[in-house]
Amino acid sequence: MAEGKNVERRQRFAARVRSLMLRLLVVWFVVSFGFGILLVEPLNEIRLGGYKLGFWFAQQGSIFIFIALIFAFSSVMTRLERDYVDGEKESRQ
Amino acid sequence: MSLTVLTYLVVGFTFALYIGIAIATRASSTKDFYVADGGVHPVANGMATAADWMSAASFISMAGLIALSYNGYGGSVFLMGWTGGYVLLALLIAPYLRKYGKYTVPDFIGERYYSDTARVVAVICLILCSVTYVIGQMKGVGVAFSRFLETDYETGLGIGMFIVFFYAVLGGMKGITYTQIAQYVVLITAYTIPAIFISLQLTGNPLPQLGLGSTLAGSDVYLLDKLDMILVDLGFQEYTTTLRGSTLNMMAFTASLMIGTAGLPHVIIRFFTVPSVAAARRSAGWALVFIAILYTTAPAIAAMARLNIVDTMQQSDGQALLIEEKPAWFENWEQTGLLQVEDLNGDGRIEYTADPETNELTKLDNDILVLANPEIAQLPNWVIALVAAGGLAAALSTAAGLLLAISSAISHDLLKSTYMPSISEKAELRASRIAMAAAVLGAGYLGLNPPGFAAGTVALAFGLAASSLFPALLMGIFARRVNREGAVAGMLAGISVTLLYVFQHKGIMFIPGTSFLGGMSPNWFFGIEPNAFGVVGATVNFVVAFAVSRVSAPPPSEVEELLEFLHEPSSAASQAPPGAAH
Repeated sequence: MAEGKNVERRQRFAARVRSLMLRLLVVWFVVSFGFGILLVEPLNEIRLGGYKLGFWFAQQGSIFIFIALIFAFSSVMTRLERDYVDGEKESRQ
Repeated sequence: MSLTVLTYLVVGFTFALYIGIAIATRASSTKDFYVADGGVHPVANGMATAADWMSAASFISMAGLIALSYNGYGGSVFLMGWTGGYVLLALLIAPYLRKYGKYTVPDFIGERYYSDTARVVAVICLILCSVTYVIGQMKGVGVAFSRFLETDYETGLGIGMFIVFFYAVLGGMKGITYTQIAQYVVLITAYTIPAIFISLQLTGNPLPQLGLGSTLAGSDVYLLDKLDMILVDLGFQEYTTTLRGSTLNMMAFTASLMIGTAGLPHVIIRFFTVPSVAAARRSAGWALVFIAILYTTAPAIAAMARLNIVDTMQQSDGQALLIEEKPAWFENWEQTGLLQVEDLNGDGRIEYTADPETNELTKLDNDILVLANPEIAQLPNWVIALVAAGGLAAALSTAAGLLLAISSAISHDLLKSTYMPSISEKAELRASRIAMAAAVLGAGYLGLNPPGFAAGTVALAFGLAASSLFPALLMGIFARRVNREGAVAGMLAGISVTLLYVFQHKGIMFIPGTSFLGGMSPNWFFGIEPNAFGVVGATVNFVVAFAVSRVSAPPPSEVEELLEFLHEPSSAASQAPPGAAH
């Protein structure tokens, strides 16, 4: 029984990691390829101070968001792994 | 004190520092030599990774590449490509390879694809891309010496080789890690100080990232609007909107640089030096923070220095600059050949226009933007000396990282894992030192006698990493069904397609005149330039690997177990060696 429960927990963990990665990679794609290249012209109509917004995403904004993505991944993964390990202790008790 | 003496002092001080660190951090085991005993703090590793990654080209050439060769917006491909790759690395590659827990990239490929052939193919890909890359660094060292310290190129290269030899052979990864941290501090200080001053002078805002979006000091015109306007007046295209080629080409170029970054072995192995999987993830974030300090400053330097140069060429009455009124920095850099002026119409003025028929600023080298920055901003001599030390730090730190990737592939993957499995730990350490010494000498030789293909360094190194190693690693981690036959066929197909495309447009081994389709853009595949082709090579790799795996036997059960292990949730505490938890 415990074996089956473990497999299930393991699969749930893997699914959470997959969906986390997918969501972060969507943001990664949207801010660089999307805002920085594909949508650059309409975004350039909007100004951020002296920056045209599309140009800002291509040369500044995307880089800041990349950093945030990596730290978000790191902290959510740490939480997911902690939850998993806690769950494992519980199931042993 | 004269500038040369001051430069010798500053550079000499940094070199003494690197040697001091080398003596303090000698390697005593193969684990020390390959992965610094796996005990590097994630923030420290982030800093070392940043220095490892940012080469002579990032430091000296990138701002000029963005501003001049790619006319502003087009240069965004480098900014997004060379940083966005870290997201792929942090999410998809680094934590899993850290979990695997061995020393090299071919190690993983050999075991995951249960094959010596796969390992040897990976070693060949690694050596090809690292060697082309290291030649560029050696040239960077020689050039930096000859420009700032007035030695000749060969002497400069020799001194650089001696320094790298010393700390890389003695300390391996351990010595390299701690010198890279020192080199990061030197290079980032040298890069940002002139940028802060230029931003202050032009916009009154000390932060270049904000200055670039500000109005010019004493007016209500935005800096970027002014730059667009002046360039259009001179017949250039708008700085903030001009595409590089087409939208598709910019997408492909950015994607190629991103996946190339995530597949470069000398960057990946840095993440083997931290104590845990969680530390590897965090460390990738810190690496990008330290890289971003330079990468978000570079576009500001690009635009501001270009504006300064255009302003210098235009006098307040709207006339072009009189030859006899050239500023001192202009004449200094003319002597180095990076700037050239020819008064075509004989009116005693230098006209700077987009039209090659009438343009009289006949040479404006990309490197000028960073190298002449302190003089244009009239900064004190110690800043110029610091820029010299920074350029050298950038070149040396990257060279050392690449040399370690090469030498560990030889001593660990070829000797220990493939041809001499019975070799003892002590003998392997000795072999790794000998391999390192040979790699330094080889790189120095190639720096002195650069082969024809060295000109295409960037295209080749990124193209190879993107089309061979990245797909093999990604499928190795996530695609259970991909087997030995698929991986080997995929890597070979990916490299072949990329090399064929680069060679057919740029000449076989870059020898001029041997390109059979010519470098002309009408012949480009969907308008994608050769430098941007890695992503196509990678796609071919994926398709071939999946197709071949489908029609051959599935991987054995050991691979299933390896993948189970890689994807197993790991708590930071259970992995960190005692005393290394933070």
